[in-house]
Amino acid sequence: MLDSMASSCGEWLKGNGPDSDIVMSSRIRLARNLADYPFIKRCTDIDRASIESTVREKLEADERLKKLTFIDVADLENLDRQFLVERQLISRELSDAEGARAVAIDEMERISLMINEEDHLRIQVMKSGFDLQSAWEQINRVDDLIEERLNYAFHKELGYLTACPTNVGTGMRVSVLVHLPALVITKHIEKVFRTFQRINLVVRGLYGEGSQAMGDFYQVSNQITLGKSEDELVKQVGDVVPVLINYERKARDFLISGENQHNLFDQVSRAYGTLQNAQQISSEETMYLLSQVRMGVNLGLIGDLEIPTINKLFIHTQPAHLQKLRRSELDTMQRNIERANYLQQHLKSDTEDGPEMN
Amino acid sequence: MKCQKCEKPATFHITDLTGDELLALHLCADCAKDYLKTDEEVESAPTITGVLQQQLKLEQTAEDLKELDSRECPICGISFYEFRQSGRLGCPNDYSFFAGELEPLLVNVHGDDHHVGKRPKRGADDTEQQTEMIRLRRVMKEAVENEDYEKASELRDRIRAIEGDS
Repeated sequence: MLDSMASSCGEWLKGNGPDSDIVMSSRIRLARNLADYPFIKRCTDIDRASIESTVREKLEADERLKKLTFIDVADLENLDRQFLVERQLISRELSDAEGARAVAIDEMERISLMINEEDHLRIQVMKSGFDLQSAWEQINRVDDLIEERLNYAFHKELGYLTACPTNVGTGMRVSVLVHLPALVITKHIEKVFRTFQRINLVVRGLYGEGSQAMGDFYQVSNQITLGKSEDELVKQVGDVVPVLINYERKARDFLISGENQHNLFDQVSRAYGTLQNAQQISSEETMYLLSQVRMGVNLGLIGDLEIPTINKLFIHTQPAHLQKLRRSELDTMQRNIERANYLQQHLKSDTEDGPEMN
Repeated sequence: MKCQKCEKPATFHITDLTGDELLALHLCADCAKDYLKTDEEVESAPTITGVLQQQLKLEQTAEDLKELDSRECPICGISFYEFRQSGRLGCPNDYSFFAGELEPLLVNVHGDDHHVGKRPKRGADDTEQQTEMIRLRRVMKEAVENEDYEKASELRDRIRAIEGDS
């Protein structure tokens, strides 16, 4: 199954949702725990195995959740676990943990249900573009279905109980993944984020906690989970997105106006040229250059490239994806060569092995 | 020059950029420390262990803290010390057992201590029985560790019986 997934990419990368030139994806997760087991930290190996099998049995028994496929993460090779992390279907924490753990995903890769992460259950729904409302509606339905079959740990005053008190209450994290190259170039990004932090929003890099902002991608999410309803949290994050989009568009307008235009066109063209012609290239440099090319396409500076293609390249040039696509394990040096090959194949539109090779 | 926030002499002269304006501040050593501290706290999301450490430093003497640290949840067996070191609780019952310490922590982190969102539709379940299950699982583990297999298998049967009922 993972092999067939490698050549495609998840629904959230399609780049077709609202405002998808700036907002890559909208994501909501809910943290839930079973009432009759200790939290993960105090679980024995037997408890973990029992939680996994209980959740799996109960969910597989539900016709309406049949579209979910269970993957035993403990059984996976290192490379496959890394692959799922790159695809945002599991967290690094679940990948690196020990003991019984699993993930259930749907065909479209919109729903991911991690078992035995920091909490017994981490339900996640992802949508392409800026679409928090439908993400909330879908995850709320999935949560309702699970709740019919499992007893969640719930406290009448504190809400859903979680292993870490920072998630108690709704257990909900609402986030949007935004691409902000112009705010980075104009050095306004720090200021914008400092303002966000003052209103209880968290800003992180692409792959969650502690990760660097790769390719100018940032995740903006709520920090507080208690004392606000789910609708209020969706609104809290949702309300700043148009502001952020507006800032980024203004910064892009500035970069493309007057004399700046030549600099930007030069920079974008050089980035494109490097990606088309490099013979070996690291993952970091690829992300950095793809980010500029992505903005160039959105500003009409590059005509022969589609946004979904670039979105796909961001994921497919990640280390585990490259190796899955190549169907062999590669060391760093080999990956850098393979990555350059892959980029050449997919970015040279005027040669016979152009994008139609997808 | 006097401190802008109190009557002491201003020894710190700070220029801060808020929005598009430059803000000049003249503060005494104490007020400056406060001002700079809050700014730093805003910059990174508070961690449970960090917030707890500050909270306990303000409220507890060393002796009180030692006593508090040794308190253990009767259900999962986690001590307060283990919780404040790792920032992770051991079971749902900890929210009741350590309620006194958790309440100010929750207010500190969330600015609130009351859930207003979604509730499970099936209503109140038998919390006592579920908590008892967590305790039984722990006693069973201890029986296995002590190689008391007879007791362990007895406990396993009890757990299965309760699971079958629900």
